[in-house]
Amino acid sequence: MSFSGWGLVYRSQWNREKTEGAFISIVDSQGNSRYETLNYLQMHYFLRQQLKTQPLAALGLCLIGTFLLAGAFAPWISPSNPSAIDLPHRLAAPSAMHWLGADELGRDIFSRLIYGARLSLTVAFSVVACSLVLGTTIGGIAGLYGGVLDMMLNVLVMNAFLSLPGILLAISFVAFLGPGLINLILALSIGGWVGYARLVRAQVLAVREREFVEAARALGASDLRIFFRHILPNIVQPLIVQSAIGMAGAVLAEATLSFLGLGVPPPTPSWGAMLNDARSHLFDAPHLVIFPALAVMFCVLAFNFIGDALRDYLDPRTRMSVGL
Amino acid sequence: MAALLEINRLTMRFSATEVVHDLSLAIEERTTLGLVGESGSGKSVTALAITRLLDHRAQMTGAIRYAGQDLLSLDSEAMRRLRGKEIAMVFQEPMTALNPVMPIGEQIAEAVRVHHPEQSRKAVRDAVIEAMHAVALPEPARRYNDYPHQFSGGQRQRILIAMAIVNRPRLLIADEPTTALDVTVQRQILELLADLKERFGLTMLFISHDLAVVSQVSDRVAVMRRGLLLEEASRAAIFRTPMHAYTRALLGAAPTMETPLDSPLATLDFRGDDARIPLREMADGHWARVAETV
Ligand SMILES: Nc1ncnc2c1ncn2[C@@H]1O[C@H](COP(=O)(O)OP(=O)(O)O)[C@@H](O)[C@H]1O
Ligand SMILES: [Mg+2]
Repeated sequence: MSFSGWGLVYRSQWNREKTEGAFISIVDSQGNSRYETLNYLQMHYFLRQQLKTQPLAALGLCLIGTFLLAGAFAPWISPSNPSAIDLPHRLAAPSAMHWLGADELGRDIFSRLIYGARLSLTVAFSVVACSLVLGTTIGGIAGLYGGVLDMMLNVLVMNAFLSLPGILLAISFVAFLGPGLINLILALSIGGWVGYARLVRAQVLAVREREFVEAARALGASDLRIFFRHILPNIVQPLIVQSAIGMAGAVLAEATLSFLGLGVPPPTPSWGAMLNDARSHLFDAPHLVIFPALAVMFCVLAFNFIGDALRDYLDPRTRMSVGL
Repeated sequence: MAALLEINRLTMRFSATEVVHDLSLAIEERTTLGLVGESGSGKSVTALAITRLLDHRAQMTGAIRYAGQDLLSLDSEAMRRLRGKEIAMVFQEPMTALNPVMPIGEQIAEAVRVHHPEQSRKAVRDAVIEAMHAVALPEPARRYNDYPHQFSGGQRQRILIAMAIVNRPRLLIADEPTTALDVTVQRQILELLADLKERFGLTMLFISHDLAVVSQVSDRVAVMRRGLLLEEASRAAIFRTPMHAYTRALLGAAPTMETPLDSPLATLDFRGDDARIPLREMADGHWARVAETV
């Protein structure tokens, strides 16, 4: 028997007066799944157990929490202005004044990392949100209507996008439209939506055959309503997993583009741009390289840990059919 | 009395296979027609054809007239507005016909919101709770936000029935509504349907493979096999003077007190190529597909 899902993510009833905490779906050894209700206390126990057996997920959550807080409260947390140039302290080693040292213009690396988290997470969340909306729409249409439309969308459009490396698409898009936050987000979404579209299409194809969809149709629900109210809530679990892993990809892609100078133009601090600036000081001031690299690494790892842990809850059969 | 639903020479096929052949049926307002037949005889596809839920998969010829309009030639938006409002369906599997991740109150409310988007939240909720009362679900207000898995099979079937009647439809199509339930619960659901039919003046198409079940709720009974209508008559006539050999086999298939304990279970051992025999009115209102010599 294994826990396979977590209804608590959506529509959970978290209030104490009701004994309902949430429900989870459980897959037994025969592969049958059923739903079980957990009350509030069981829910806490369940979560604690999961965190204990999934230390990496706990670590990932802590890291992302830290990055999120740092990004959200950057102006209050960062010890100094991330753009304040202080030439006398250029390339300063870590000290009480500059906790992680200063870069070649004497700017405080710690402050720049904090503001970099703000940019990375903004970009990552926006890219995942855009990709999710676009992918869900296109994948949903393909899965729901099937036939020729599905053929065109799936075979022609999706496969065409999949055959091009996303980062190349993004690079050419930014090179064409010029750098900037919005262009960066759009550029990364252009390559990002396909994965979600494929996932949504596969899931919709499976769910739309279930009897409750027919029942909803027999109630007179329109296609749009059936998709959003009846099918989508049944496929959010794999979408959440894909999104968590997509966040990692987006952070890395943002860093890559910034490293290539195609990110948000200076002086906005970005981890990728910091790495680029530090290239020539790899040997004389390695802390310029190490700290932004660690930031990128921890952020990407954290999202991957969370995504993996979430994926482990999913029904193994779903995992296979989704191809995760 | 005028027929509320009239199926006229309906033929349905899925690509090459014909699943319903030249079917004509009529249901008079406020009566129940029971449709019986072994599994695979085309009962469900007939039900789905009436609500046009098979549009993209099956080819259909013939006419289905509901309250004067031909459903098969109705545009899909007009058809959608009839579904769940005028013509409602109850499905066979209460386990799978409910959305596992939506509270049951919300699912019943869907039927109202789809057809009356202008209604306030409170009005919708009141209508849902009233429907839950009507199908005798215990504690409607408290259980409004519960999920399907928190109910028993019989209660889930009541939820499905509540979804069907919440808009006060004129025609209710129940496709094997009791097949998945055990016998005691089955009787309760049949009583509920009979009660709702009286209270709301429903016209009903009741589908089952079980002639005994059908006889409990139906005014008229139609017997189908392999897409062919074999016999159609009032309930009394079907039981007293069954004309078709298949109907008689169905009636005889259930063991009675007189059946010797050691006799093998009766099986429907019936063969016959009936498509060439026309359906004829053998007695007043009693149609059967039997050769003239019988
Ligand atoms: N979507 C479909 N595609 C192809 N054949 C179908 C489909 N639905 C039903 N059939 C076929 O139609 C026949 C009648 O099925 P059905 O109406 O479900 O029988 P029942 O009387 O048991 O409800 C069966 O032979 C079945 O295989
Ligand atoms: Mg059936």
